[in-house]
Amino acid sequence: MKLTIRTAQALLKNKNQLFFAAILLSLTLLSPCFSLAQQPAAQAQKDSEIIAIIGAKIVPVTGPVIESGSILIKNGRIADLGAKVSIPANARVIEAKGLTAYPGMIDSYSWLGLEEISGVRATVDNRETGRINPQVKAIEALRYDSMHIPIARANGIVAAVVAPSGGLISGQSTLVKLDGWTNREMVVKESLAMMIELPAIRRSRGGFSGFGRQQPQVTTEKTLDELRQVFKKARMYEKRREAARQNILLPLPDFDEASQSLLPVVKGELPVIFSVHADKDILQTIKFVQEEKIKAIFYGVEQGFKVAKEIKEAGIPCLMVSLYSLPPVWEDGYDALFLNPVILNQAGVKIAFSSSSASAAKDLPYQAAKAAAFGLKPEEALKAVTIYPAEIFGVDKLMGSLEPGKLANIVLADGDLLELGTKIQKVFIEGREVSLENRYTELLEKFEQRDKKE
Amino acid sequence: MTRKLKKTGLIISLSFLILFLLSATWLLAGGDLLIKNATILTVTGDVIPRGDVLVVNGLIKQIGQNLAAPAGVRIIEANGRYLMPGIIDTHTHIALSGTNEGTDAVTPEVTMAEVVNADDTSIFTALSGGVTMVHTMHGSANVIGGTNVVLKLKWGKPSEQLIVKEAYPTLKFALGENVKQSSGTLLPGRPQRYPATRMGANALIRSELLQARDYMAAWDRYEQLKKSKNPPANLLPPRKDLRLETLADLLRGKLVARCHAYVATEMLEFLNLSREFGFKIGAFEHAWEAYKITNELKAAGVGISVFIDSWAYKMEAAEGIAYNAAYCTKKGLLVSINSDSGERIRRLFNEAGKAVKYGLTRDEALKLITINAAKQLGVDHLVGSIEVGKQADLALFSQHPMSAYTRCEMTIIEGEVYFDREALLKERAAASTKKGDLS
Repeated sequence: MKLTIRTAQALLKNKNQLFFAAILLSLTLLSPCFSLAQQPAAQAQKDSEIIAIIGAKIVPVTGPVIESGSILIKNGRIADLGAKVSIPANARVIEAKGLTAYPGMIDSYSWLGLEEISGVRATVDNRETGRINPQVKAIEALRYDSMHIPIARANGIVAAVVAPSGGLISGQSTLVKLDGWTNREMVVKESLAMMIELPAIRRSRGGFSGFGRQQPQVTTEKTLDELRQVFKKARMYEKRREAARQNILLPLPDFDEASQSLLPVVKGELPVIFSVHADKDILQTIKFVQEEKIKAIFYGVEQGFKVAKEIKEAGIPCLMVSLYSLPPVWEDGYDALFLNPVILNQAGVKIAFSSSSASAAKDLPYQAAKAAAFGLKPEEALKAVTIYPAEIFGVDKLMGSLEPGKLANIVLADGDLLELGTKIQKVFIEGREVSLENRYTELLEKFEQRDKKE
Repeated sequence: MTRKLKKTGLIISLSFLILFLLSATWLLAGGDLLIKNATILTVTGDVIPRGDVLVVNGLIKQIGQNLAAPAGVRIIEANGRYLMPGIIDTHTHIALSGTNEGTDAVTPEVTMAEVVNADDTSIFTALSGGVTMVHTMHGSANVIGGTNVVLKLKWGKPSEQLIVKEAYPTLKFALGENVKQSSGTLLPGRPQRYPATRMGANALIRSELLQARDYMAAWDRYEQLKKSKNPPANLLPPRKDLRLETLADLLRGKLVARCHAYVATEMLEFLNLSREFGFKIGAFEHAWEAYKITNELKAAGVGISVFIDSWAYKMEAAEGIAYNAAYCTKKGLLVSINSDSGERIRRLFNEAGKAVKYGLTRDEALKLITINAAKQLGVDHLVGSIEVGKQADLALFSQHPMSAYTRCEMTIIEGEVYFDREALLKERAAASTKKGDLS
């Protein structure tokens, strides 16, 4: 009751939001283009269907390229692949001459399904208020019929990390495949990692615009101290609960939402994805991770190139922030963000690229190519959007490469997967051919009709 | 005492003279260069698989094979890498020390040429992506903004030397959500600025232009009376109004409108206003729904300056499809791709490259950031393609500029090198070995 009153008050307070919600709702109801493309592709096709893709160039990513070969799909998985594969008579044959088969790509950090129109708050769900929110879960808000998902899918992306952001502990990210009738149908890993955001690098740029804009900022050192306390509290909480479980005379500790939600983290079961940026902060965070004995992945890592050796020694994989940003430190050079993945990769750090976006999630392949333009080997660039993220997130037995036994997440492209002009012809997710229709294609078709009539 | 003063005065004026002469030589002479063995993407003509470009005094003197460099002229060995015309960004806000005079809904009296900031590091950032020219504009906070300015990105030169005087003089208009101020939160006690609707925005433009007409008429009447045989004794000129003066220039055809607009309706209605008042529209900016009204835009002869796919950041950008630029190009509109960002500007070539996925050829895509942009700014007789006689604004790329794997290697304006990746890397290496040496 209390909650409903509060919600109603909040709604009344912000008539603007209500207005936009109404607009959105009416758009959803009235405009067929809003809903059609968002249909997942599960469709009529049965999972038991046997599909044979024949005559394609095959890039398995983990093995040598096959110039012309076939892939056999059974029960949603790759049953066989190679230059010579025996095709059962009942298989649906897809002639793929002139096309190249790749494993579907994995976006290692996105807001897909949590953000529709970034400027309209009613459609944004990726940022909870407050600083410490380990209890919130991306999967529970994920809009499975987001207009951005079919667009990403049509660019060859088959799975994505969807992450909450903001504050210090932003919540729990999820790993989903980009197909399903509901949010739960999309799940690959419901709770992938706890998202923790350490302070950004203070930007001070050259030129007049840089003056007088510096704001006092909390240091990473202080923030890590705060985290130590939060983790310690969670451990104590668990100890007291355990003690109470053993001894009926001891009272249960007061329920503590943050501590309760952090238990899998302090027990080392759930990894933490740290947004960490400056070289010194990265070193401090490595120390923190080792002292706290937690599983960690880094995200952002803009100055990782300065401490690549230390990151490698710590064995922490790195998710690249979108390369569509300027280096936070001018002195690092205009190309610092482009060279960063190159240097980390050469140092032996496991890297993966991310869109760091919802509306630009489709650009994941171009993120990888951008690093390739600055010296990352094209094969490594491809791995950093396929097998490397799969390994980082512990799903490499399921996806990330074309190998017998893995899920049939396959993309057929008319050229290099990471190239700007390449058109994706077919996408299979777990053996189902998914629709490549999306908001772009539908609106185009609709207005092509107008031009044809006139 | 006075003699001493005179002497100092003389010295000061002499040094000023020397400084003036020095800067004057800058003004006069462009650079000389010979670029050898490049894959030349001329844009307006055929691709030359392996050719040389000779630049004399900042102009392209000769294009051909096995050209010889005059004595002392720097030779750049392209080694088969791709040479294209310098990239032109038709909509940015870089290199300015102010963007929005947003306190009033109508401010045509402000001019961006007066706030050019040649020290903005965005200039270097843009050069690192092969950009040589920008149309740097008043913001979209108000319905009628200020006059814009076209700059060449001559990093290190004083502001006046960046301004391209030959370009169309343009005036910024803006419609839709920004001018309605619908995204911001209203502060308590602060009234909502008029206009708060698209109706209001149009009505405001109409009434401002009607006022400008009256203003012109008042001046005409004054001039007529002044010239008459017996002017009245108490004849006074009308009061000068800089705001209306600028709008009168628009009506006289001395200024071209550049209108920030997203949805189809507001573009169609702005076309109606332009017919009603007889002013010229240079292009619609952003124009996310242009694909819905290609016939109307084509008939009006109005082009668009758009993003390739940056969308869904506002309600009015929620039907912005990545096919827009390619589709409108195929329907015969003049299309350019802009950055509107100090970051996106350095990968404008990647943005244009995406148009290939949505239906254009690489050659067509390349035009979106070169000759088409030059046409929209009225400088296609000077830049935008590699042709003999044009200014030597050039960019050298490691691979085809429309490929995702390419990198800008060198950016040249009027024969002078403003960005050179190889030289930069050498400097960087030298600096890292000298670390800590403050002398």
